Amino acid sequence: MSNSILTRRSVLQTGAVAGAGLALPTILTAGSHSGYTNAPTGGTVTLGFNVPQTGAYADEGADELRAYELAVEHLNGGGDGGMMNTFSSNTLEGNGILGKKIQYVTGDTQTKSDAARASAKSMIEKDGAVMITGGSSSGVAIAVQGLCQEAGIIFMAGLTHSNDTTGKDKKANGFRHFFNGYMSAAALAPVLEARYGKDRNAYHLTADYTWGWTQEESIAAATEAMGWKTVNKVRTPLKATDFSSYIAPVLNSGADVLVLNHYGGNMVNSLTNAVQFGLRDKIVNNKNFEIVVPLYSRLMAKGAGANVKGIFGSTNWHWSLQDEGSKAFVKSFGTKYGFPPSQAAHTVYCQTLLYADACNRAGTFNPCGVGEALEGFEFDGLGNGKTLYRAEDHQCFKDVLVVKGKENPTSEFDLLEIVEVTPAAQVSYAPDHPMFAGGDLGACNPGA
Amino acid sequence: MLGLEKKDFTLLLIVAAMVVFAPFILNPFPEGSSLAQMFNAGYPDLMQRFAIFGILVIGFNILFGLTGYLSFGHAAFLGAGSYAAVWMFKLVGYDIIPAILLAILVSGLFSLLVGYVSLRRSGIYFSILTLALAQMMFNMAYSVLGNPSSGYNLTNGETGLQVYNSDPQIFLSATGQNFPNLLGFSMRSETHLLIGNWDFTLNAGYYLSGLLLLISFYISIRIFRSPFGLMLRAVKSNQQRLHYTGLNTRPYTLAAFVISGMYAGLAGGLLACMDPLAGAERMHWTASGEIVIMSILGGVGTLIGPILGAGFNEYFKNILSKINDSVLHEWMAFLPDGFENVMVTLIHPFVGKGWHLTLGLLFMAVIIFLPGGLVEGGQRIGKLFRRTKADKPSDETPAGKETE
Repeated sequence: MSNSILTRRSVLQTGAVAGAGLALPTILTAGSHSGYTNAPTGGTVTLGFNVPQTGAYADEGADELRAYELAVEHLNGGGDGGMMNTFSSNTLEGNGILGKKIQYVTGDTQTKSDAARASAKSMIEKDGAVMITGGSSSGVAIAVQGLCQEAGIIFMAGLTHSNDTTGKDKKANGFRHFFNGYMSAAALAPVLEARYGKDRNAYHLTADYTWGWTQEESIAAATEAMGWKTVNKVRTPLKATDFSSYIAPVLNSGADVLVLNHYGGNMVNSLTNAVQFGLRDKIVNNKNFEIVVPLYSRLMAKGAGANVKGIFGSTNWHWSLQDEGSKAFVKSFGTKYGFPPSQAAHTVYCQTLLYADACNRAGTFNPCGVGEALEGFEFDGLGNGKTLYRAEDHQCFKDVLVVKGKENPTSEFDLLEIVEVTPAAQVSYAPDHPMFAGGDLGACNPGA
Repeated sequence: MLGLEKKDFTLLLIVAAMVVFAPFILNPFPEGSSLAQMFNAGYPDLMQRFAIFGILVIGFNILFGLTGYLSFGHAAFLGAGSYAAVWMFKLVGYDIIPAILLAILVSGLFSLLVGYVSLRRSGIYFSILTLALAQMMFNMAYSVLGNPSSGYNLTNGETGLQVYNSDPQIFLSATGQNFPNLLGFSMRSETHLLIGNWDFTLNAGYYLSGLLLLISFYISIRIFRSPFGLMLRAVKSNQQRLHYTGLNTRPYTLAAFVISGMYAGLAGGLLACMDPLAGAERMHWTASGEIVIMSILGGVGTLIGPILGAGFNEYFKNILSKINDSVLHEWMAFLPDGFENVMVTLIHPFVGKGWHLTLGLLFMAVIIFLPGGLVEGGQRIGKLFRRTKADKPSDETPAGKETE
């Protein structure tokens, strides 16, 4: 059976085969050079929409996809134009980007970093996408942002609220329109102080990944600064669907505020569990027990139903805003789909328009040109008032909304009421703020 | 040649030809056609996966196919290899040789540990032990060792371990590369061959993985044909009898376990070389289950089965899952409207998000009708054409039959 005698001849043969194999890549490395990765040829340009279609954030992903389709329709000249008409920059004419018609491909991130990378990689390599956008989880957004930086593709972050996305994990090819944990905390803290006083004991339940960690850090820092104590910080797995085992210990912890650093399906379940355990009816330390959900969205409010009444949180945008941009967007989204858009839909719609506009202003799809056009760009008319894309960390600075679950909703969409619009100046921070330090944008990478 | 019998050498040549010409074979449809958009698999990411998961399952087959020990935790070794490789990128630089060597070493150590504990039991108990230990490793990577604020952030949790500009990378300046490379050849570099309407991508990373696949395959053949391999088969057919003859089988099974763990480490290291991020999900028990499925689909205990199984699974995973409703509507557009919608509704559960369902059905069909996997299917087709020859007993007998 065995014939493992090593003869001089067999060693030579093996060596020759191995050598030929090793030399193969050398012969085949005369790469093509078009200046940058996936330069569009012909009359079309391909964008990649990478959103969660399964997992805890699937609802947000589905709404993002609707907004992307709407944005592509508007940019290609269909529909009523939506926010293109109210956008302060006038380069978008309904003829695609730089005269090229927009095509798109979609992928499922499964709310997992590995799967999201694979899906983005195949959109870049197989479908020739020149820009990737999406992600409803900061872990995914950071992972895909890293991939885009390596591949020489622009990444327009979707729903990602972690400080790290434009903090320690920021990348030159990545841009974020959405706000972040620090901004939520800065906007929310004064409101909480006014309602709940300075003497409170907070208990944190936190989704165990980058977004949860940084939001917990931000909220704890902001509330401790106004006199609250943090009783405990408990991490829960992102995949968890039942939180009762995490809620039970809250009852005996002496805490009188529960901060749910959860999003999407996680928040719907944890809030429901908390209400079922009767937390909201309890009196602790002679104070009413309160629940705070720092990052709120209408989709979550819908999922949690009546449980959200009176609960405070912050949001990037809400469809009941009355500026021209928001009204135009809500109208065209509502006409197409029959219900108002969520904040996730709003931010990805804006990102798509901002990318298209940046390409037009730069006159190229080259990531370095597009990046330059976006850096330090000031705009208005996209629903958040005056907004700045800061050059130092590629983060947008705009007003933040503090919202509350409505006590008497008039419709199934009218679930949140805006308590306060916190001006951008109050939520701004220095690029080297300790919560954002340690990152390095690096140089823009145009790829091949 | 190469110390192989003629038949095995032919098999090696066939695999070599498959590896070399894969970019052409997998791109049968011309660029721009709707079939190409859907079914062409000749893009670097997927081809790299074919080769890498091929290596992984070849290694798994040395354990499962030869000794019959069903490990449900092999994905953990894959993950350990990936983490080791990315740490090498972070600390040393983007050269892949140290990364792959450390990946193999680390996975080898982990498998030694896990194997030492789990191999005290056999059968279902062994499977459960490996599953439990691997799931522990997953949770450590996902949560316990992955929290930046905990002070020992080894894996970066959910986000996955990445290379940062601020990492030491002490040898980086020497090569000036910003992507994993072999002696200066970036794994990303590629050449496009434009022939007619076809666009063939020849990618350096893929050919490196392919070469390693060939080497792994060669080593696997040698193990299958060695006295060591015979001993492993003996363990599978009747371990008790071996014990009665006074043989201690533990060293053999442990060696097989470690070898297959090192194969997984090599695969994990390669995954990191093609895309320098290591996420915890690749260690999840579902990933381990997928390895078992690939192995059974291809044909347990056969030489070429693992490669077929891995390719089959990855192709369906990446292609079938991309077919969504709008694509279906495009295909069915020739049908009358009502009928079109009915057809789309009927097919919908089997594609896109529901591709697992299709894979499950195919898996069941293979188990029921072809217990020896795709290899048995190939042999049956082959027999149809060679009816005249007497049925010679073959070394390639599928696993299910050997035990009986």
